[in-house]
Parts: sequence; structure tokens; C-alpha cells
Amino acid sequence: MRKTLAVALLLIASSALAQSTILNNPGRKPVIAIRNATIVPVTSAPIANGTIVLSNGTIAAIGANAAIPAGATVIDGTGLFVYPGMIDSGSNVGLVEMSSVAGTVDTAELGDFNPNSMAAVAINPHSELVPVTRVNGVTHVVSTPEGGIISGQSALIQLAGWTPPEMLVKTPAAMHIQFPRLRSATFGDQSQDEEAEKERKKSYTRDVDKLRDVLRDAQAYGKAAAARAKDRNVERFDRDLVLEALVPVVEGRIPVVMHANLARDIRAALTFADEFKLKVILAGAQDVGRVVDEVKRRNIPVLLGPILALPQREDDPYDLLFTNAKTLHDAGIPFAIQTTDAHNTRNLPYHAASAAAFGLPKEEALKAVTIYPAQIWGVADRLGSLEVGKSATVILTDGDPLEIRTNVRRVFIAGEEIPMDSRHTLLYEKFLKRP
Amino acid sequence: MRKALLALAFALPLFGQERVTLIRNATVLTITNGVIENGSVLIRGGKIAAVGRDVSAPASARVIDGTGKFVMPGIIDTHSHTAVEGSVNEISLPNTGMVRIQDALTNDDISAYRQLAGGTTAALILHGSANAIGGQSQIVKWKWGRPIDEWIVKDAPRTIKFALGENPKSANFRPPEGQQRQYPATRMGVEEVIRKSFIDARDYMAAWDEYDAKKKRNETAIPPRRDLLMETMADILRGRIDIHAHSYRADEIVMLLNLADELGFKVRELQHVLEGYKVGREIAKHGAGAGTFIDWWGYKAEAYDAIPYNVALMVRDGVLTSVNSDSDELARHLNHDAAKAMKYGGLTEEEALRVCTINPARQLRLDSRLGSIEVGKDADLAIWNGHPLSTYSRVDTTFIEGEVYFDRAQDLVRREELRKEKEQRLKKEADDAAAAKKDAAKDAPKDAPKGDKPNA
Repeated sequence: MRKTLAVALLLIASSALAQSTILNNPGRKPVIAIRNATIVPVTSAPIANGTIVLSNGTIAAIGANAAIPAGATVIDGTGLFVYPGMIDSGSNVGLVEMSSVAGTVDTAELGDFNPNSMAAVAINPHSELVPVTRVNGVTHVVSTPEGGIISGQSALIQLAGWTPPEMLVKTPAAMHIQFPRLRSATFGDQSQDEEAEKERKKSYTRDVDKLRDVLRDAQAYGKAAAARAKDRNVERFDRDLVLEALVPVVEGRIPVVMHANLARDIRAALTFADEFKLKVILAGAQDVGRVVDEVKRRNIPVLLGPILALPQREDDPYDLLFTNAKTLHDAGIPFAIQTTDAHNTRNLPYHAASAAAFGLPKEEALKAVTIYPAQIWGVADRLGSLEVGKSATVILTDGDPLEIRTNVRRVFIAGEEIPMDSRHTLLYEKFLKRP
Repeated sequence: MRKALLALAFALPLFGQERVTLIRNATVLTITNGVIENGSVLIRGGKIAAVGRDVSAPASARVIDGTGKFVMPGIIDTHSHTAVEGSVNEISLPNTGMVRIQDALTNDDISAYRQLAGGTTAALILHGSANAIGGQSQIVKWKWGRPIDEWIVKDAPRTIKFALGENPKSANFRPPEGQQRQYPATRMGVEEVIRKSFIDARDYMAAWDEYDAKKKRNETAIPPRRDLLMETMADILRGRIDIHAHSYRADEIVMLLNLADELGFKVRELQHVLEGYKVGREIAKHGAGAGTFIDWWGYKAEAYDAIPYNVALMVRDGVLTSVNSDSDELARHLNHDAAKAMKYGGLTEEEALRVCTINPARQLRLDSRLGSIEVGKDADLAIWNGHPLSTYSRVDTTFIEGEVYFDRAQDLVRREELRKEKEQRLKKEADDAAAAKKDAAKDAPKDAPKGDKPNA
């Protein structure tokens, strides 16, 4: 009995705490060769008139003279371009269908502390948003819970699969914390009297203290669980799913995405993270230009975006959000671009392009939605560029995917060709034919 | 005060002189007369004075080199809520057609400046969609830094906002505690509100006609009581006010068009009209325009069938179609939505450019003055550093009536000045506070009296 318990506890520990990586879509994939296309691997120079071979879910060969295996399905890519699928580092795809219809929305759990909420268990593989997003070349998203202070665990998913497990690439991708925000009254605000200001500070301090407490409890819980796993004489205790979910966070085994936009909030969030030695990814980061040194010194990556959004202060430069990516690039801080959208996650490339319109080199803009997110999420061995051995997740386009006028012609995710229709194309075709 | 300072800081134009400006050697997207490579645009007295390859200008003209750049007309946004002070919804009645948005406009909404930076120069400012009939709208130009009276486009047609579907039936709002839901609560009720308003207006007009006739015959007559709402409704029936109707589903679109035919009014522009593609021919037959979004879908049940192909399908059905924003953010890059009308449904480049320039100008009945680069039209233009349908392009300079209201180079200089000024002011504030503290410490009595505090 005691042995079974110990094994059970270990199993629980490994399943709940360890970062799981799930292989999706088992089974053989077809062999496909795209030839005569301009191949843009992202991590190396473009190849004119090149060939790329997709075999059994991975890229088998790539190059100007790559051999096409016998029996391969050959696609003529003359005049076309091959890019890796794009990755949105912050999205709600899979968790929402109609934003105003509560029954279809699974983005935010009640209460402030939901570290045990997992996007992975609520992804709807048959959401209409999935095809709408992927036919524009966005093949992967980090589907992210929202709300409260600890929102829950995101999942990196591919936008293809019959069941949620088939879609999962990595879960949890990260724990998401909406770091408490200290708001001071703005000029002309009726509530700028001292009492109200005190109240705001009090509630802010209370929230930060609660967050600190729950993380300290998780540290203690982790130690106790480890002690008991080692020595069965240590007193038994009831499981606590909230703390259990936070153990890998306080042990630095899974990253924490700190969502913060204003400089003050970013500083507070980073200082707080130092206290617990958290493995931090900063997200949102509208004011990142004001805290470049603090971010750089900690060597943490930033999920920038949405780029197509308004600055928060009326005296912010009109182009603040368009120029942030260049600021990070110039400072040598790793970053990826995200939409934080759901229905329009398909516009990810245009968020990136808008940063390029304001000084970010075009190649960097492309990297910010391909290889950089793959690196930040720890999946660069499989995703984010076209390299032999990586996932056969590629898109065939008639131009630069960051240009709106470019059309994505074909999409392959993990070696499988994706149908190019969606709710939108089907309705389009239906009403084109209205008699 | 801070807002006023800010407004001054961003205000650029020089006024009072009839200046002549020549933009030379640019690619000119005229919209109505094709593309002119290495073209020039001459601006005099706020109007476009000449367009073409060989345009001469007086020696005193300000010359802007447009080499490698693109000139296009200012983008016109037929759905804006920018510059409205407070709420955009009067809300309290199903029909609040008597209220006017022009009475609640401010000239210190920074969004206007940001839109100039995206090449947008004019907009229709509308009420919200909480009521079946929300109120009278206003056409403006974003003359940032000028008094609000100057933003208002003089002699522009009068317009009014109607709304159908989920919003006027309060589907997505819960009334505050203790308050009942307001009528209407169904699409049936929305139709009834509009129908009854027009029937009442017919009665109101008949009462006045009767009174006028009696007076003409020198009979004793008591004038009907004036009613500002009924006068508004009557002016719609007289064709003096254009209807801009917020709508989503195909059924409610057809409902309004049929009601219009039955009761004798016209719908000028269907707003949002996300299912317009299902009934494009009905819309075209009525002669209504359509101002829609490309991307927004799924944010509520009635937006679930919205598709990005809507623009192209309606254009193909012969509907006068524009893209508009309903958003301070999207209003900054409506050029993206024009490009998407090519991507989704294959409009030509020329057709795509029209959906954010001449088409909205026509919907607002201002196409004799706005929406294209033609001699005699208002010089509302933007110079882009690349093709405006490219996501990599941005605006360098925006003109309204020949005056520069946005210039990127000047913005970069001014923001640095602003930053320094702010820094100095903050430092002064901190220094003053420190000095005051020091003085207070010096003056404070050594033994403060204990006991009850004096009355404060």
C-alpha cells in the first residue's frame, strides 16, 4: 500500500510537474517535394530554384540540387516561395468561438489564482478559428489563458489535429502572470484624492503580497513533496493542485510569462521575479523602450505585441508600438511578435510588417514570427525554420508572407497537407454561387 | 490644460497666407484617373490646382521632392467615434434621433493626430448603436490644432445613425441592478420602433401641411407643437438627412431596405453590414452603399458569418462599398484593409484604393470635393514612403486643404523637444517640492503643541 502510494505520488509529480512533450499525429506521412521554388529557410540565405523534400513529417532534404525520392508527390513551385509556418506567441485560438457568447468562451477562469488551469485541456480542435488562422500561414500558436493574477498554463499547439492531444506541441508552454498594476490617478481624475490613492496602493500591495505568499507556499510544498518522495516517514499531506502547478515555476523548470506594459509595472514584475529566480519571459511590454537596460541585464526574452494597437498615454509617440521591435533589436534583446488576438491571429505577419515599416529590418520581422518564437519556446530543434530534420511545417506562397497582398497557396503542418478552406472560404464560395 | 498644451505642441500648420505647394516627381495615385509615374501635384489656396507630369509652379512655391514616394488622397473613414466627449450613446430612448454628435465634439482627442499619421484626413463621426435611431452624425476633417468649428465640414450633408440587431435590442448588455430592460428586445421590436417613428413623422408632416394650408387660406389655425425628433424624422423622409444604418445579418438588412421602400425613405449607407455579401443584389437595387470591415468576425453571434471577402463580393454585386474603422486603432491603417480587399476576393489595385478614398467620399456625397486627386478638389493628401497598399509603407506627410497637419520629420523633432520640456518641468516640480520641505522644516516650532487638533 505504502509502495503504491509512493509510486502514485511520483507519477503525479512527474506528470504534473515535468514539462511534457507530446508527439502528435502518429503514423506515416506522405513524401512531398516542392521544386523550382524560392526557398526561404530563415536561418540561412534564400535558395533560388530550390527543392525541399518533406518526408514522414520532417524535412528530408533542402537545396538547389536536392534529390527527389522516387514515388514522391512533386509540386511545381515555379514563381512561388517556401517559408516555415509562422508562430503566434500569444493567442486565444482554441479557447474562444464567439467572444460575446459566454458559452463559447474558455479564456479566463474565475478568481485571481488559477495556476492549475490548463489551456491544453480546453482547446477545441474543431473551432472555426483554427482553419481561418492556418490558411494564412500561421501554423502554430501559444494558446494562452487570461485574467486574474495567475491566469494559468498556456499550450503551444499546431493548428491541425483531430483531438487536442494531436494538436499539442508543448504543454505547459508557460505559466502566465498578470503582474498586479499600480494605477495612480491621472490628471483631471475625480479620484485623485489622497484616500483613493492610499486605497489603490493598499490593494496593489495586497495583490503582490498574495502572489508572493502563493509562490512561497509552492516552494515549501515542493520541498515537502521531495522530502516525502525520498523518505516515507515524512508525514503525509493532502495534495494541493494550485501549489503543485506552481512547483515547476518556483524551481525554474517552466517559464513564467509576466504580462506588463507600463515601465513601472515591468520593473516591479522583473524585480519580483528576481526574488524567486523565476525563468521570465516578458509580454506586452509597451514601455520596453524605457526599461531596456533592466531587461537586457536579465537576459530575458520579450513577447512584443500587439503591434497594431494604440499607445496607452496620449503623449506617447504615435509610432511607439511600431518602433519597439527595432528598439529591442538594436539592444540585442531576444523577442518574438505576438497578436494577443484570437479571430485575427491570422494577421500576425502584418503586426511584424508594421514593425518593419518603422525600422526593424525585414528579415528580423520574419524571424520574429518564425525562428525567434521557436527559440523562446524551446522548440527551435523542430520549428521556426527550414532545416533538414525539422518538422515539415511549411507554407507555399506567391510572395513575402508579411505583405497583405501575398496569398498563401498551400500549407503543410508536420508533413500533412492542410485543406485551404475555412468557414470564410466556404461562405465565400457558397454566396459566389447564389443563383 | 495639459491637453491644451499637447494640442499646441503638435499643431503644425501656418495659416493666413495663400500658399502654393508643389509635390514633384512622385507616383501619384489619382484614384479616378489612373496612376501617374513621376507626377506632380500643385496645391493652391487649399485646392488641387494641377496634376500631371508637366506641372509648373511659381518660383515662390514650396517644393516637396516626392522621388520614390507615393501621393494618394486622404483616406476617408465613414465610421468613427473619435473626438466625442463622453459616451457615444444617448441610450435612454429607443429613438434619440433629435440629438446631434456635433454638440459633443472636442478637438483634443490625440487619436485625430494619430489618424493623420496613418493618412486619414476625414471621417463621419457617428453615435453608438444602443438605440434603433441613435442621433445625427457629423462629417469632419482631422484639423488637429484648430478649433472644433473648423473640423466640421461646412455644407456637408446631414446624416443620422440607425442601428439594427443585437445592440439596439440590448442583447449583450445587462441593465443596472433594479432597472428593467428597455424596449425593444427583439429584431421585431427594432423594426417596429423604426416603422412607428416614420409613421408618426408622416402624421406630424400632415399636421403641419394642414396648418400651412389653413394659414394660406387666411383661416384661423393653431400651429402644431414643434417636436425636434419628428422634425428630424420628417427631414429624413424629405431626403434632407442621409441614413447610415449599423447592421449585421442579411435578414435585418433586407428588413430595413423593404421598410424604406414601403415608407418612402432611402438608406444611404449600411454600416458594418457584415452579411452584406449574402444580399448584395438587394443592397445594390435599393442604391444603398456599404461601409464594412475586413477582419472583424466572431466577436458576437451576429458577426459569426462575417467574412473578409465581403468587400469584394459586394463590389462585384455593384454595391458602392468602402472599408471603415469604428476604431481609433484601425483608422490609422485603413490602407491595410484596402489591400485585404485584393487578397480576399481579388479586387484590382485600383478597386482596392477606391474603397478607402472615392467610394467613402461618394457615400458621404462629398465626391465633388474629396476622395481623388483631381483639379479643383480639396488638397487632402498623404505622401507615403512606399506604395500605400504595402504593409512596409508609412506616411511621411499629410495635408488637409493644402496645409501640413502631420509631418513625420517634424514629429521626430517635436517629440524630442517635448521630452526635454517634460523632463525640465518634472525636475522643477521636484526641486520646488524639496525647497518647500526645507522651508517648512526651518519654520516648524520646536515643541509642537500636544492635545486636540485645531479644526481643519
